[in-house]
Amino acid sequence: MDVALRVEGLNVFYDDKRVLKDITMEIPRNTVTAVIGPSGCGKSTFIRCLNRMNDLIPRFRLTGRVIYKDRDIYSNGVDIITLRRQIGMVFQKPNPFPKSIYENIAYGLRIQGVKDKRRIDQVVEESLRKAALWDEVKDHLNSSALSLSGGQQQRLCIARALAVEPEIILFDEPCSALDPIATAKIEDLIMDLKNTYTVVIVTHNMQQAARVSEYTAFLYLGELIEYDKTEKIFTNPSQRLTEEYITGRFG
Amino acid sequence: MPSVSGIARRRNEMIIEGLLFMSALSSILITAGIIAILVFETIEFFKVVPLKDFLTDTQWTPLFVNKHYGILTLFAGTFLTTFFAMIVALPVGLISAIYLSEYAPAWLRSIIKPGLEVLAAIPSVVYGYFALLFVTPLLQRFIPHLSGFNSISPGIVMGVMIIPIVSSLSEDALHAVPISLREGALALGATRFQVATRVVLPAALSGVASSFILGISRAIGETMVVAIAAGQQPRLTLNPLVPIETVTAYIVQVSLGDTPTGTLEYKTIFAAGMSLFVVTFVFNIFSYILKKRFREEYE
Repeated sequence: MDVALRVEGLNVFYDDKRVLKDITMEIPRNTVTAVIGPSGCGKSTFIRCLNRMNDLIPRFRLTGRVIYKDRDIYSNGVDIITLRRQIGMVFQKPNPFPKSIYENIAYGLRIQGVKDKRRIDQVVEESLRKAALWDEVKDHLNSSALSLSGGQQQRLCIARALAVEPEIILFDEPCSALDPIATAKIEDLIMDLKNTYTVVIVTHNMQQAARVSEYTAFLYLGELIEYDKTEKIFTNPSQRLTEEYITGRFG
Repeated sequence: MPSVSGIARRRNEMIIEGLLFMSALSSILITAGIIAILVFETIEFFKVVPLKDFLTDTQWTPLFVNKHYGILTLFAGTFLTTFFAMIVALPVGLISAIYLSEYAPAWLRSIIKPGLEVLAAIPSVVYGYFALLFVTPLLQRFIPHLSGFNSISPGIVMGVMIIPIVSSLSEDALHAVPISLREGALALGATRFQVATRVVLPAALSGVASSFILGISRAIGETMVVAIAAGQQPRLTLNPLVPIETVTAYIVQVSLGDTPTGTLEYKTIFAAGMSLFVVTFVFNIFSYILKKRFREEYE
């Protein structure tokens, strides 16, 4: 198996509260890996460890390692800026910048100092095409991103993440604020993306995990209970807890 | 059927509501009264002095024998002091707001923010003699031709005085920008500085602009510092080194002087006050509109 990210003995504490316990797992390249579990099980905390988004939280403390390209992303001297370009993220609530559609996509390039208008034009179009949004917005690229519907905004955020050419894209419950039709579009998109990218998706929606992912990790109270092929998790889980969760007995 | 005590209670409620309404109304009535008097006296003034002279004359000498009523002369003084105040207050206020909102750890913020607000608690008369007795002599070491009264020194001091207004209101605007926008930018590989300047600041722009305008309006209306340290020589100039007189300082001069009530000289302060009121009122309305637009976007 070609591994994109390796998590080794990951523990996370908020103050003294341990919210993730000794998580070890390998995330394979060019697949979709889902992380499921009931609310409060630590799945959002977990996915945010993978591109160091938790660094923003003052009382956050972490032990263990996250290996990306043969290097622990928490070791000294790691360039977080470059890391986050390589490991992008799409959030729970669509968070487009209060700028035009075009500028939202161009932002990632502009902060890298790209000035070439033609190159930016090209990346904007490509990214919007990949995010299946081009046809809907190509005639009003200069209108505000906030004028788009929720589902369009979320696809815009995906396009924005794609524009900086990451290797891995983390989705933190990307459909929790969307209606079923918009959700279906995002799910189709995620399944397309795995040809080019490694995708990790956190979801509280088990059907969604079953539909889009090849591997599924089940987290419960900060512990990784089971991690296996999605098919196996949903048809023949080896842990009783997993079975109880996927059959809806709790959560 | 309501009980007797129920009726009594309702009557008490009505009395209380009435009292509250009256006190709320009184502030509006007092404002209306002030404006009415301003307008009335100003009309009296313009019965004698043509509006055209008032707006175009280049001298302001109502207290002398050869009388001129060019309000621009006083506004030139106000402009100069306000200009220097803004050179200090806008950049320092904005930079400290960005630092407080985007960089400072919580504990430092809890020290700096009240510290800045203490600046606002210092009486303006203290700033006035600070400008006259400390800043002016200090500046004179570097600028030999600087007069004892001038517009640069009170301008700078007034700027320091206004920093808290700008920084506190700008910080509120920056802070109100949702965290999710910052995270979105960070996840694209933005540095904290890029997040602050290219996402948070543009998103908070109308709120920040509103704080700037409020700061300007405050500087225009500020009286004590300029009355003490800028001089009392109305002069149509843009030279910051010589004594001038601002609109507010003129009003102080006449109010404290021996100008007889009811004379035309006396009425000049109403005309000047009215002009001042119109200017700051327009600024405040601008600020209000910008702030409202900002609220609509994010709150």
